[in-house]
Amino acid sequence: MKDINRRTFLKSLGTGVVASSALLSACKGKEEQVQNTTAKLQEPPTDKMTMRVNPNTGDKVSILGYGMMRLPVIEDAKNEGDPPFDQEMINKQVDYAIAHGVNYFDTSPAYCRGESESCTGIALARHKREEFFVATKLSNFSPDTWSREASQEMFNNSLKYLQIDYLDYLLLHAIGGTSRDKEGNDLDSLATFNARYMDNGILDWLVEQKQAGKIRNLGFSYHGDIKIFDMLLQWHDEGRYHWDFVQIELNYLDWNYADEINPSNTDAVYLYGELEKRGIPAVIMEPLLGGRLANVPDFILSKMKSRRPEDSVASWAFRFAGTPKGVLCVLSGMTYMEHLRDNIRTYAPLEPISEEEDAFLLDLANDIYNLHEIPCTECKYCMPCPYGLNIPEIFKHYNKMIKEGNMPNNPEREDYAKKRKAFLVGYDRSVPRLRQANRCIGCGECETHCPQSIKIRQELNKIDEFVDRLRTESFV
Amino acid sequence: MTICKNHELNHKTMLRKIRIALATLSLLLITLLFLDFTGVLHHWFGWLAKVQFLPAVLALNVVIIITLILITLLFGRIYCSVICPLGIMQDVVARLRRKKNKYSYSPAKNWLRYPILAVFIVAIVAGVGSLVALLAPYSSFGRIVSNLFQPIYLWGNNMLAGIAEHYESYTFYEVDIWMRSLPTFIIAAVSFLIISALALKGGRTYCNTICPVGTVLGFISRFSIFGISINKDKCRKCGKCAKNCKASCIDIKTMTIDKSRCVTCGNCLNQCVFDALHYVPNLKASFNTQEESTTSAASASANEVDGNRRAFLASTAMLTTTAALAQAEKKVDGGLAAVEDKIIPERNTPITPPGSLSARNFAQHCTGCQLCVSQCPNKVLRPSTGLMNLMQPEMSYERGYCRIECNRCSQVCPTGAIRPITPEEKTSIQVGHAVWVKKNCVVLADGVTCGNCARHCPAGAIQMVPSNPNDEYSPLIPAVNEAYCIGCGACENLCPANPSAIYVEGHEVHKEI
Repeated sequence: MKDINRRTFLKSLGTGVVASSALLSACKGKEEQVQNTTAKLQEPPTDKMTMRVNPNTGDKVSILGYGMMRLPVIEDAKNEGDPPFDQEMINKQVDYAIAHGVNYFDTSPAYCRGESESCTGIALARHKREEFFVATKLSNFSPDTWSREASQEMFNNSLKYLQIDYLDYLLLHAIGGTSRDKEGNDLDSLATFNARYMDNGILDWLVEQKQAGKIRNLGFSYHGDIKIFDMLLQWHDEGRYHWDFVQIELNYLDWNYADEINPSNTDAVYLYGELEKRGIPAVIMEPLLGGRLANVPDFILSKMKSRRPEDSVASWAFRFAGTPKGVLCVLSGMTYMEHLRDNIRTYAPLEPISEEEDAFLLDLANDIYNLHEIPCTECKYCMPCPYGLNIPEIFKHYNKMIKEGNMPNNPEREDYAKKRKAFLVGYDRSVPRLRQANRCIGCGECETHCPQSIKIRQELNKIDEFVDRLRTESFV
Repeated sequence: MTICKNHELNHKTMLRKIRIALATLSLLLITLLFLDFTGVLHHWFGWLAKVQFLPAVLALNVVIIITLILITLLFGRIYCSVICPLGIMQDVVARLRRKKNKYSYSPAKNWLRYPILAVFIVAIVAGVGSLVALLAPYSSFGRIVSNLFQPIYLWGNNMLAGIAEHYESYTFYEVDIWMRSLPTFIIAAVSFLIISALALKGGRTYCNTICPVGTVLGFISRFSIFGISINKDKCRKCGKCAKNCKASCIDIKTMTIDKSRCVTCGNCLNQCVFDALHYVPNLKASFNTQEESTTSAASASANEVDGNRRAFLASTAMLTTTAALAQAEKKVDGGLAAVEDKIIPERNTPITPPGSLSARNFAQHCTGCQLCVSQCPNKVLRPSTGLMNLMQPEMSYERGYCRIECNRCSQVCPTGAIRPITPEEKTSIQVGHAVWVKKNCVVLADGVTCGNCARHCPAGAIQMVPSNPNDEYSPLIPAVNEAYCIGCGACENLCPANPSAIYVEGHEVHKEI
């Protein structure tokens, strides 16, 4: 059915092109005018970006922030392994973003296999320092980097790679997570936080850096255990530390459903509420859940399109995330120019979500929740898996099958065998056999890093068993 | 008179045309049997492999053997012209040299063909599979197609799969193309070159001097009822028939045809302008008492199968390093850990596929035709490299494991080397047992929890037990219950260590559990 749709679509597109070109040649006089209008409609304005003001420094920050976590790569004829990042494209997209009013760039020493900061630095160094704000993080993945010296080195390297001498925004990276120390002991969220930022006195050192002007805004990003979030805000109330901003995950699915999807997560409505109460600007991450809210099943898409036929699916998510007044900026990891263009169109200027639309989106959230996708956002924090698995790709394939309606879960249905083949063939296409779910030995290395607190081992096992059953059945 | 003659000529042309049509069809279908990796064609045309002479003999398929002998007794060696794919392949190659009158008579090389047949029979009885596989015509053909042509076919399939992927269609899917065994590939390439060269030069030279099946059928076809005969009254000894006989069996001087070498292709019939050649019943001429080679059926005592085959190539370099595939610790996001190709463990006893009963039965019946190898969807079967059973398949689990639901090799095997079994029967056939290699196991070497072997064992033969009997919280290591293990290799294939910390040792005699 899908194929036929596609084919008829292509066919109709073909006839469309023929028809319109015939039309155009018929009325030569109007040709230019017509074309210019369409191009213009696609091209967002350069001077309409909605700006928000940071109450601490008075920074006028664009509501759209450029997340440098999903940088474009040079895909070369399916080479196994890791493709290099496409610096030329990064430069081009950063230039385009700045030209259209985007001025907030968010990176981290850990992103993109550790190359994000230098890629960002190269692109930004070609612009005036006052044209952009840079946010980076004191990351925390490897206990090797937890010592005071290693942390200071990480900070100094950030300045060096970014080719700047002060940071506009610095975050303690992903507080609330758990970890495993060098001896292999599992640390809970509080022990992790203390070991990473307190015991070595590095938080105080960062405050000193702020006083010295090396950091203009100090904040943290949060995933996971709500105790740590509450504790840090309590410190803020007590005047122990001042948070200039806080980065949280917010989107119309997580607004009310975060804890339904995973009991160890907290609804965005609470997180944002706590920040707004205190007047702390919120920077929003995962407004699209790694693209999951841009790629929805047809029945959801049709609801959106019938309301705003000219707007993209993603635009709904961005409008939702940008609507609360206390949001300083919404980060989007824009890999492709189309993403960038579409997001700028959404935000130049932002048309806030109406109350009625708000109810509509929260209703949609219920539909999406009921798909039971694996809540992976492809952030790749779990990677590299020491046993070679490609965890995000496995989850992505699984979710894709759900979204395409290709899930072979009812043997009674007529199209079951077809769906089964689609699932298995697609699985082998997306993930090489040696990187599939049956290779998971359950070491759990990944789970401490997952900001969505996905029980990765359990999910992989589930998929493994599912695939094994399909393979057994499919043998004729 | 002329009308009658024309009619006769048409009749002769018709015979030849039927022969060519049937031969083309059978070559095409048998070739497809070896090319098709989906197993669909076998359902319809699998019998074409089973009617081949040597496989039928090895499978003791009496009905087919008697039918083939009767056909030969009746019509001569039409088997060689219509059923044998190697014979037809030679005709195709010979046609590439488009030249008339390219052949000439030569006497039969009995000094060569009978000794080769004798050696061949001895090899079968003694279980020297490599020699059988080398000489058997159907095996040569299978080897050539599966080694030289299947990769091209698969490559074409992968092209289609790439296009299908582009259009998000799941109709075609990509398959691995890999060199299953270098020695076998080389032998296939050399056989192809030699047989093609012989065919180009002398037509059916191979069939009449080397091929043991050709020799056997040639012996029978001496007595065939139908045959081509020369009418000595009409023959003007122009020699046109002899110059176009690919079997070089028409001796124009004596005006006789060597029926032991004639493959009844019918090419000579309409060459004769004097109407001297006819394909007719020839009862009186058949029992000419020629010398009969009493093929000394060498009843050599069935030698013990070389169980401990030495590797023909030193392919199993045993590296006992730990499994640590990637960096022990994560510092940044993203990226893929390197995955290495699995190292083949050195096995004391090779593993033969379920249904083969025992290494000996397998060695004695398998002609190394590569049909099962070309069909194995789990990439388990490959030609062995041992000297005694070179080219006969064996199992190994670096690319996949013998999945419980699959019985394809047992279905396609034409010789009875792998007897037909159902998937249900397969679940209780023990072809080997898993062995744990302590020093490779990541649980102890890297201090991680694992248990991937136990989780994937379809027989439930592996459980995880404390490595320290006095401490139930000590790291859990796999314990194999050899009584339940069927040797499928899931554990070996899915073990994170390289070489695997758990691998399968074959059993010389399969057991039912």
